[in-house]
Amino acid sequence: MSIGYSKRAVSLLVNGRRHSVDVDPATPLLWVMRETLGLTGTRYGCGIAQCGACTLHLDGEAVRSCVTPVSAAEGKAIVTIEGLAGDKLHPLQQAWIDLEVPQCGYCQSGQLMTAAALLAANPSPDDDEIRAAMDGNICRCGTYRRIHAAIRKVAGRSERTQ
Amino acid sequence: MRRHDHSRRAFLRQVAVAGVLGSTGLVIALRLPDSGRNVVARVDGCADFRPNAFVRVAPDDSVTIIVHKSEMGQGVYTSLPMIVADEMEADWEKVRVEVAPAAPAYYHTRWGPFQGTGASSSINSTWDQLREAGALARYLLVAAAADIWDVDVTACRAERGHVVHHQDGRRLSFGQLCAHAATLEPPDEIPLKAAEDYRLIGRSVKRLDTPEKVDGRACYGLDVVLPGMCTALIARPPAFGARAQQVETRGAYAVEGVRRVVSVSSGIAVVADSFQAARLGREALEVHWRPAPAPVSSDALRQAYAALAETPGRVAHEGGTPEQAMQAAHTRLGAVYELPYLAHAAMEPLNCVAHVQKDRCDIWTGSQLQTSDQDAAAEVTGLPVDAIHIHTQFLGGSFGRRANPHADFVREAVELARILETPVKVVWTREDDMRGGYYRPMHYSRIEAGLDKQGMPQAWQHRLIGESIGKGTPFEKALFHNGIDHLSVEGAVDHPYAIPHQRVDHHRTDNGVPVLWWRSVGHSFTAFVVESFIDEIAHAGGHDPVALRLELLRDRPRHRAVLSLAAEKAGWGTPLPAGIGRGIAIHKSFRSIVAQVAEVSLLADGRPRVHRVVCVIDCGAVINPDTVVAQMESGIAFGLSAALYGEITLEVGRVRQSNFHDYPVLRMSDMPEVEVHIVESGAELGGVGEVATPPIAPAVCNALFTITGKRVRRLPVGRITT
Ligand code: FES
Ligand code: FES
Repeated sequence: MSIGYSKRAVSLLVNGRRHSVDVDPATPLLWVMRETLGLTGTRYGCGIAQCGACTLHLDGEAVRSCVTPVSAAEGKAIVTIEGLAGDKLHPLQQAWIDLEVPQCGYCQSGQLMTAAALLAANPSPDDDEIRAAMDGNICRCGTYRRIHAAIRKVAGRSERTQ
Repeated sequence: MRRHDHSRRAFLRQVAVAGVLGSTGLVIALRLPDSGRNVVARVDGCADFRPNAFVRVAPDDSVTIIVHKSEMGQGVYTSLPMIVADEMEADWEKVRVEVAPAAPAYYHTRWGPFQGTGASSSINSTWDQLREAGALARYLLVAAAADIWDVDVTACRAERGHVVHHQDGRRLSFGQLCAHAATLEPPDEIPLKAAEDYRLIGRSVKRLDTPEKVDGRACYGLDVVLPGMCTALIARPPAFGARAQQVETRGAYAVEGVRRVVSVSSGIAVVADSFQAARLGREALEVHWRPAPAPVSSDALRQAYAALAETPGRVAHEGGTPEQAMQAAHTRLGAVYELPYLAHAAMEPLNCVAHVQKDRCDIWTGSQLQTSDQDAAAEVTGLPVDAIHIHTQFLGGSFGRRANPHADFVREAVELARILETPVKVVWTREDDMRGGYYRPMHYSRIEAGLDKQGMPQAWQHRLIGESIGKGTPFEKALFHNGIDHLSVEGAVDHPYAIPHQRVDHHRTDNGVPVLWWRSVGHSFTAFVVESFIDEIAHAGGHDPVALRLELLRDRPRHRAVLSLAAEKAGWGTPLPAGIGRGIAIHKSFRSIVAQVAEVSLLADGRPRVHRVVCVIDCGAVINPDTVVAQMESGIAFGLSAALYGEITLEVGRVRQSNFHDYPVLRMSDMPEVEVHIVESGAELGGVGEVATPPIAPAVCNALFTITGKRVRRLPVGRITT
């Protein structure tokens, strides 16, 4: 018997597809997405729910996958950045392109997933609601103004930020 | 990271051609083993037209532009291709970007034999090189059409991916012409396009890398997967200078998925099937560390720096008779400024994939200094440098950290791969990254001014204390002047103010803490000192901070124009709502001049809140205006983050901070409104990526002074009690 590590089959519904993975149920969902399923769009930034880079949706809710054990995702619908678009890009992805939001881009999967969950719950957030919802997502390139403006745009407000 | 300017252009053109024709094709890492894509794709383009190392035209009309600068957010995968494509009249829709391998053809045009990205030089150091590359391609394509039509070259012109006959309008596409163009000899002289004919340069062309950055496809070093690859975490010394003495591996091996425990120069590597197994394995490892010989603490260092400040340092700049002028001054003013170590804390923690085979070594990582990484790998493996293949991936930020002349994160991965003989990915956790050193140096400045009766500074004495970044690197010789690392004093020895009597000296320290360039390098501390102290002088002498600066900048028309525009756009002198103050700063770095006006108030808990920043940049000329705006926003956010929160502290050799909870960074709620104005002065091309960072801290602190009456002379700002 190995220390702190015992694998079992875990069934996951990811971006509409069912997967059965053989992992330690305590493994953070982040690493199962990235390593086991090869969905590397979900990023590792801090591992302690401080930066938001690993954000994905569990039953529509934005969660930090770096601190979510894979077992907590069983029986729930997982959506990652790779599954955010339908036939067309999600309006936020389009706004991100229109306003040239990304720089290095590393934080942007998490930013988009947080923003998408926000708009799903509150289709027209005001400026402060946007800031409150997005404050857990760090961008070291400082693209905050454009993220804010892009969310405003999709929320049907003007592109001007703040 | 700068080398002397010496023209290597002719030499480069030779190696450019040789380098590319001699290669067997680029290896590009794709990552998803289960996505149906090849893990490693070989791109061969031997049938194509390759006039030089930067451009390739294929029969399908595609134009591939090879980019030799690393993409870390600053937009080089778009702006550099724009230069080539515009000059060659390529159809932008047909342009593809390929990442350059590490090869002599791609050496920096000013750094000597080094390939790398830094010093905000990606545009200004490649402007001639890339225009010539595009112009040569265009020339040969036009010549090919002329040949085929049996007309003079002057009878045809290139136009958006075609060559067109002026008179009868006949046209052939670049793809149709490439086979013939490949047989032609380059001319002695290549005519360049006139600026008024640019189609792309000067326009806000959309970034080519945005689509893959909004749907998760973008591949960073951390995303690379190779067949048979394992993942390793390294147990690193708890303090700089500590060494592993004894290791108990049993616990680590008991973790399922742990394969090997291996000693490398940076620590003890736990090699496993997955990140999770490697992490648990590392936790279960018992390492006894031999303590560092002389562990340092930040508080003790500050005291030592203060003591050093009492003694004269090595003279970096002297003009006039500063001591006499100081004696004769009507008023004397003195201050001490202190800045802490800073971590780069890029969003993507460090990582490196390496695979060492008998005759080659492959490295996949986000590198900012390929040649040093290559040299380190050659040293570790004993392979020749041209057997070291660097596959540069997207960098999830870097800010200087991945441009390491000591190649720390690459070296250890290659050491490990050499032992394992299988591909391995070394992952740094955020904690490893935060505590791993290579910080912005800690800085201490003692500065004094002597003012005349009118409050104008006549004497200026500035003593700087800090570590050298260049010492012990291949760049040392180029960086040191009179025994002083220019990176320690840049922005201080060459500040723009006309003060008749000046002396700047420097003490170089070495604390055993690894230091490195951090976005804007020496300017990140000297701008804070100079621009805060000039503000102190203005207030002490009863002058308006803008008026005093303008007077002292009387011989600097570009500075004056930038400063005046910033003041005007910010409404300098007009009333603000109660509780909000304005501060200004201006600083030249990397050939560009940036002025910023910050509007700041104090929150109830004493933390500053920056509402708005007006930013003016004169970078000579602009390739992609929206990229310039984005970099101003970015540089301000980065500098503001450091000013408000950034601090790495050492306690008996250990780094106290570990992650974003104790090394806070700017978040959306802290982000000010940013208004950017670009001045195209027509001066030499300046940098953009770093230049917005230096002025923001002094602009904010100067604003804080107007509302609190308190001078912030030590960063980070923290809370201000009024
Ligand atoms: S990686 Fe999960 S919040 Fe940072
Ligand atoms: S775009 Fe680089 S961290 Fe956000």
